[in-house]
Amino acid sequence: MQTSTLLIIVLGLMSLAYYVGRKRAIVSAGGAGRISTLHSLPTYYGLYAALWAGIPAILLMALWTAFQDEILVTLVKAELPGSMLEGLTPGAVGLLVNDIKNLASGAIVSRVATPEMQAAADRFSLFSQIAVWAMWLGVLAFAVGGMAFAWARTKPQMRARNRVESIFMVILVVFSSIAILTTLGIVLSVLFESLRFFQEISPLDFFFGTLWSPQTALRADQVGATGAFGAVPLFTGTLMVSTIAMLVAVPIGLMSAIYLSEYAPRRVRSWAKPTLEVLAGVPTVVYGFFAALTVAPFIRELGMSMGLDVASESALAAGLVMGVMIIPFVSSLSEDVINAVPQAMRDGSYALGATQSETIRRVIIPAALPGIVGGVLLAVSRAIGETMIVVMAAGLAANLTANPLDSVTTVTVQIVTLLTGDQEFDSAKTMAAFALGLTLFAVTLVLNVIALQIVRKYREQYE
Amino acid sequence: MSTTVDDMSRRIGAMSSAELAGGRESRVTVGDVTCANPRMVCRDVDVFYGSTQAIKGVSLDIGKNEVVSMIGPSGCGKSTFLRCLNRMNDTIDGCRVTGSIKLDGQDIYDKGLDPVPLRAQVGMVFQKPNPFPKSIYENVAYGPRIHGLTNSKAELDEVIEGSLQKAGLWNEVKDRLDKPGTGLSGGQQQRLCIARTIAVSPEVILMDEPCSALDPIATAIIEELIDELRANYSIAIVTHSMQQAARVSQRTAYFHLGDLIEVGETNQIFTNPKHRLTEDYITGRFG
Repeated sequence: MQTSTLLIIVLGLMSLAYYVGRKRAIVSAGGAGRISTLHSLPTYYGLYAALWAGIPAILLMALWTAFQDEILVTLVKAELPGSMLEGLTPGAVGLLVNDIKNLASGAIVSRVATPEMQAAADRFSLFSQIAVWAMWLGVLAFAVGGMAFAWARTKPQMRARNRVESIFMVILVVFSSIAILTTLGIVLSVLFESLRFFQEISPLDFFFGTLWSPQTALRADQVGATGAFGAVPLFTGTLMVSTIAMLVAVPIGLMSAIYLSEYAPRRVRSWAKPTLEVLAGVPTVVYGFFAALTVAPFIRELGMSMGLDVASESALAAGLVMGVMIIPFVSSLSEDVINAVPQAMRDGSYALGATQSETIRRVIIPAALPGIVGGVLLAVSRAIGETMIVVMAAGLAANLTANPLDSVTTVTVQIVTLLTGDQEFDSAKTMAAFALGLTLFAVTLVLNVIALQIVRKYREQYE
Repeated sequence: MSTTVDDMSRRIGAMSSAELAGGRESRVTVGDVTCANPRMVCRDVDVFYGSTQAIKGVSLDIGKNEVVSMIGPSGCGKSTFLRCLNRMNDTIDGCRVTGSIKLDGQDIYDKGLDPVPLRAQVGMVFQKPNPFPKSIYENVAYGPRIHGLTNSKAELDEVIEGSLQKAGLWNEVKDRLDKPGTGLSGGQQQRLCIARTIAVSPEVILMDEPCSALDPIATAIIEELIDELRANYSIAIVTHSMQQAARVSQRTAYFHLGDLIEVGETNQIFTNPKHRLTEDYITGRFG
């Protein structure tokens, strides 16, 4: 009696309804030759019947599965002798209910089962069985009922197409709101946790403090765990790694975009462009170990040979590799805007006796500049949010330094370290991650909005 | 015009192949392709895009202080021929030009010749106004700057004012030279493009349907301007409007499917065409 079986049966009923509805429409029109008397094509009557058979039944099924457990638990709890629940915290009640459920399903139980619990478990499994049967009956009744309703309403003058299309529109709206609501949910959850964090730690200390040491004391007498939450070293670290990355990615990306769009013969472009875009497909964790195992030691060796003191995990290594990762973003976005500069601009410049490089420098790049800036800003927000490479290659020490050869840490790295392993969700240490996440989100959101504005403004210029 | 034996046989070959292909009449150019005071001399120009031939053995002179108009149905090769005259076709992949085109006696397709300075001598105005997304001043200053024509800001200002005046745009834009050129009306933009072309002091100006994107009033202004420009420049203009060809040009060339069918005084072409195809076209039987 699986729910998935029921779902398959409902889908089967939907296809039956489609067939029946279509047939009914053709018959009501007076045969296949008189389809033109129908308001809509027979297919729409079929779809109409199928939707009526499917949607109410599936909605019922979804609601039922969502609430069945809660209702059953309430019922079982109400039947438990009052002495069992007396003096228990909500958490302990939850444990008890879990044990009853486990007992019913035959899983491992965390305590010795008393006769009362056994009785409750029996009741629970009985109720579950009844509930499943009831759901099957209800859902099938809805499906068949919906089909019958559609059957009764199928008349030649019924506007089946309009109805089906408005139902599809509603479905599209529902699905797109799922995406939007998810984003909203993420923002709100991060926001509320951050607010809880800021109740403990003043925002002033967080945004302007220069010491980051998020170890909070577990015991009152613990030493060496001060819990300082000054995020400035993280911001500067993020800024430094991102700056190094952009210093690598912007020139290389832009120049390769110019070469590919203006100079490269078609044959070269046909393999060079996909090759460049392969870079975008390399998983960041692969970049991460490339940075940590190849680039960082190389920079260290190089620095030592020049008598410099280089940390084994340096901002430079992480930034360089991150820059390589971002090259395809910059190059493909820039190439798109460069290609979008109308041929007429090039012709106009050539016709005045400009060389190709003069045309690129004086006409094409200035014309494409807003789009290039937009692309670069998108790449910056990508660099700020990048995690894996810096986790593996930038280090964990929150140094407030301007030396790229030092090890630095970034906002994303700290979020990862704060939230991996066991955490207590009522300590400032854990909630600091949410405050960092919110800051990161705000910054990248602003960058993206600016970038999109610039790109949009640029598009209008030639349309 | 000197004709070699080789030349002759090629023409005869071309003629017979045209007739074999189903053409009923001769595709050898009717009328006199030469003129008294030529600035550009084109002889037997063939243009190929890949393996298709777009222009077949066209010969035509463009004289000093005259406007030559090129008319013909779409796809007849008149724009392609125009674009050969300043080697704009070089920017198109797979485009090959044979024959000889001379500017003041110098073969412009000579291996040693750089097309870049050539284009400063033979300027071009396009169908759709294409000012750069820069200020009006910068649009006109573009050419003089890249060619280093001026030594000081004052000199550059002078060139810009002169060019805008010659293009008949000065009075309309003198108070807003720093505003973007793309903000002007279509007709003003086209005159800005003409001013931009004049600013590098070319000898020949090529115009590829310069008025087809403009309204009748802007068109009339440009046509008047073309007539004035004739005093200093040689002009070759491609147009779809026969009235325009009749109004602005001294000589007219009629193109048909890559062949130059007939050349003559504009008056004669429009009142007394010699070739049947020309007559069909100007009387509106096709095209």
